[in-house]
Amino acid sequence: MTTTRPELLRVEGITKAYPGVVANSDVTFAIGEGEIHALLGENGAGKSTMVKMIYGLVRPDQGQMTLRGAAYQPSKPAEARRLGVAMVFQHFSLFEALNVAENVALGMENPPPMRELAAKIRAVSEEYGLPLDPSRMVGDLSAGERQRVEIIRCLLQDPKLLIMDEPTSVLTPQEVEILFRTLRQLSAEGTAILYISHKLEEIKTLCDAATILRRGKVVATCTPREKTAREMAELMVGMALKTPERRVGAKGEVALGVSDLSVDSPIPFGTSLKGVSFTVAKGEVLGIAGVAGNGQEELLLALSGELKSGPDKVRIASHAAGDLGPVERRRAGLVAAPEDRYGHAAAPDMSLVENAFLTAGVRKGLTKNGFVDWPATRKFAEEIIAAYDVRTPGPDVAARALSGGNLQKFLMGRELMQGADVIVINQPTWGVDAAAAAQIRQSILDRAGEGAAVVVISQDLDELLEVSDSFAVLNGGRLTKPRPAEGLTMDEIGLMMGGAHGMEAAHHVEA
Amino acid sequence: MLRLEKRPTPSRFWLYATPPVAVILTMIVGGILFALMGKNPFEVIRTIFWDPIFGEFAFYLRGQLLVKAGPLILIAIGLALGFRAGIWNIGAEGQYIMGAIVGASVGLAVFPTDNRLIFPVMVVAGAFGGWAWAMIPAILKTRFNTNEILVSLMLVYVAETILAKASTGFLKNPEGMGFPGSRNFSSFPAAQNSFLYEPLGLHWGGVAALVTGILAYILLTRHQAGFQIRLAGQAPRAARFHGVNPARLVVMCMGISGALAGMAGLFEVTGPAGQISIDFNSGYGFTAIIVAFLGRLNPLGIVLAGFLMALTYVGGEMASTNLGLPDAAIQVFQGMLLFFLLAVDVLTNYRFRLSVGGAVKGAK
Repeated sequence: MTTTRPELLRVEGITKAYPGVVANSDVTFAIGEGEIHALLGENGAGKSTMVKMIYGLVRPDQGQMTLRGAAYQPSKPAEARRLGVAMVFQHFSLFEALNVAENVALGMENPPPMRELAAKIRAVSEEYGLPLDPSRMVGDLSAGERQRVEIIRCLLQDPKLLIMDEPTSVLTPQEVEILFRTLRQLSAEGTAILYISHKLEEIKTLCDAATILRRGKVVATCTPREKTAREMAELMVGMALKTPERRVGAKGEVALGVSDLSVDSPIPFGTSLKGVSFTVAKGEVLGIAGVAGNGQEELLLALSGELKSGPDKVRIASHAAGDLGPVERRRAGLVAAPEDRYGHAAAPDMSLVENAFLTAGVRKGLTKNGFVDWPATRKFAEEIIAAYDVRTPGPDVAARALSGGNLQKFLMGRELMQGADVIVINQPTWGVDAAAAAQIRQSILDRAGEGAAVVVISQDLDELLEVSDSFAVLNGGRLTKPRPAEGLTMDEIGLMMGGAHGMEAAHHVEA
Repeated sequence: MLRLEKRPTPSRFWLYATPPVAVILTMIVGGILFALMGKNPFEVIRTIFWDPIFGEFAFYLRGQLLVKAGPLILIAIGLALGFRAGIWNIGAEGQYIMGAIVGASVGLAVFPTDNRLIFPVMVVAGAFGGWAWAMIPAILKTRFNTNEILVSLMLVYVAETILAKASTGFLKNPEGMGFPGSRNFSSFPAAQNSFLYEPLGLHWGGVAALVTGILAYILLTRHQAGFQIRLAGQAPRAARFHGVNPARLVVMCMGISGALAGMAGLFEVTGPAGQISIDFNSGYGFTAIIVAFLGRLNPLGIVLAGFLMALTYVGGEMASTNLGLPDAAIQVFQGMLLFFLLAVDVLTNYRFRLSVGGAVKGAK
C-alpha cells in the first residue's frame, strides 16, 4: 500500500544534538501522499525533536529533507505552513477569552474578514464532521473541542502534511473516534498525516506505515496492521533486553507496604489510582513500568505525602503513614524524587543550596529552632555536587541555570544521600545523557545494596530491567502484581503492558 | 526587531538598579506631565523631592517623613510577605481601618481611665482588628477557593462604611456637639500615641515599622517559614513537595499582613490623626502596595521605599498648596512610580535581543 503512493516528504540522514544528548541520529524515512504515518517511540526517543525540525521550529545539524522532490528547509513555522505543512501540538496555544473564529484568525498570516472566516470554519467543520461553533468562547470549550479549533486552523490552510503530536492524550474515547474518522477522510482526500504516539492499538487501527525510533535512531519501519502490538512494543523497546547480573542477597523485612491504595488524581486529565498494592523489602528495588499518564505521577504524589490517603494504605516500616504529609514521611524514613525537575522537584529560580534544603532539611537536621542552618545546608549541597559530579560553577547558581542532566544528578544525590530507608523515584534518568544515567542507576543499586528499599517508576524498560529485583506495570491507575524481574521475557512484559486486564488475572493465578 | 529573552539567572544588577531607574523615569515623564499642565517641571520636582529634606520648612517636614513612612512601611512589609508567597492581599486599607476602629473602641471604652496598660492593649486590639478583617478573605479562599484579590478589595468598601457608621454613631464623641468623629486621643493621655522624639517624627508606629522591617528580613532570609513563603511564591508545586500546607500559608500570610495593617491604623488614629473620623483613612493601605514593590518585596528595601513614598506625599502636599497642583496630578505621579517599576523590572529576568528574520543576533 505504501509503495503505491507518490512520495510527499522524505527525511534523510537527519541528526540533531543538544548539549549532552543526541536527540536524533541519522534518521531517514519517507511519507507518501495521503499516507497516515506513525512516528513511534518511547518518551525521549526523539519523536518531538524530529517533528519540530519538519515544522521549522528546530534546525537539523545534518541531513536533508525534500518535499515533493524539492529541497525543504523551513527556518520558521510560517515557512513550513506556506509550503503546506501544518501541526497540531499536544499543548494548545489558544486564548480562552477569545472566540473560536478570533483564535483561528490569530494563527493565520492574512486572515479574511471575521464573517467570512466564520462561514469558512462552519463549512470545514461540517465537511470533516468536527462540530464547532465559531462564535463560542474558547474558555467554554472542552479539551476535545479545543483540539478541533487547532485542527480546523490547520485545515483552513489546506495542508499537504498534517503533523499531530500525541493527539489522543486529552480526548475521550468518543472524541478519539470522531478524530480518527476525520483523519481517515483527510487521508482519503490526499492529505498525509504524521501521527506521533506511543499508543500501539491506536496506531494499529489508524496508520498505514510506522517508523519506530529508539534513542534517536530509526530501529524499524513496519506496516502496523501486519504487526501485533506486542511486536511493535518490542521494536520500540529493543530486542536487546539482556538480563543484568543480579546481586544475590537475602531480602530484608518489608520497608514499604502499600495496600489497596486508591486516590483521585489532582491533575487535570490525570489518572486516579485504583487499588494499588505492593510491598518493597529492605535491599529490594521494585521497578514500575507503564506508558506515561497511567498514574505514575499520582503514585509518586501518594507515596511522597503530597497526596494523603487512609493511614493504613501506606506503611513505612510497618508504621501507618498514609495520612502523613511530606515532612513526616521524610522523618519516618521515606524520600521521594518527582519526575518534573523544574518546579516540582526543584524551584528553578532558587539556588542549589536552597534547593538542597527543600527536601533535606528534615533528615539532615538543617534547622535549629525553626531557623535554617544555611552554612550546614551549603556544605550538604557541596557534598552532593562533589559526590555526583554535578557540573556547576558553584552551589549558589539558580537551579534553572544547570542543564537537565546535571540538575537531575543533583536532585538524585539530594535524595539518595539522606540515608533514607525507603526511596521512591519517578523517571530517574529522563532526559539525562547515557553516562550520567548509568551513574544514577549505579547509585540506586548502591543504595539498595546498603539496605534501602527502592521504588523506581520509569518508562524506560531497559533501565527498569537493569535495576529492578521485582517488576510491575502501572496501567490506567492499576498496578499489576509485582513479579521477580529475573527471567522475565519480553513476551511477558508486553502482555503486562498491554493493559489487557483479563491477562492480568492469569498472572495472578500463575504467580 | 527587539525581542525579550529570558536570562539564565536573574540579573543582580537590575534587581538593585530597577528602583532608581524607575524613580528617574517617573521624574522625567512626571515632569512632562507637569509641564503640560503649565507648571515649571523643575520647580515641581524640586518641591517634591528636595524641599521636604533641605528646603525652608525642612525642620517641620523632615518629621513628617517618618510620620507618613511609618504606616506605609508597616503595611507594606506585611503585604510583601504575602506577595512573596503569591498571596495577593489588596485590602490592607480595610484592615487598617478596622484595626483603628477596634483599637480605638477598646481605648474609648475605658475613657478616661489612666493606666499604663491601656495603650499596649489597644495596640493588640488594633492588630486583632486588622487580623480578623484579613481572615475573611483568607478563610473564604481556603474553604471555597475564592479570589483573595477581589474579596479583600471589596472588604475595603465595607470597612469604609463601618468607619462612617463608627464616626457618626457608636464611636461619636458624646461631647462633640453633634459633629461626626470620635473623642480626640489628645485629650486621653493614657491612650495617646505621642511623639517619642518630635524632630524626627518618631512615635511608637515608627519604632514598630523599623523593628518589623528587621524582623521580617530575618524571617525571610533565615527562618524556615520565610523559606516556605519564598518557595510557595516561586514554585507552588515544589512548596507542596517540601511540605508546605498551602491553606496554612494563606492564613499565616493574610493574618500577618492584616495584623500589621491593623496596628498601623491604631498608631495613626491615636497619633497623627487623633480621632476616628469619616475620612480617617488616607489611602495608606493602597499606597503600601506600591511601597512593597518599590522595595523589591524585601523588608529592608521597603523601609527605604517607604521613606521615598513619604517624600512624594509630603512634597506632593507642598506642591499642591504652594504651586496649586491638583491632588490628582500627585496621585498620577505616585502611580507612575509603580508603573515604571514594574516595566523596568522585566529586565531583571529578561534581556533585550535584536533579532533579524528569525535568526538571533547579539553577543552572549
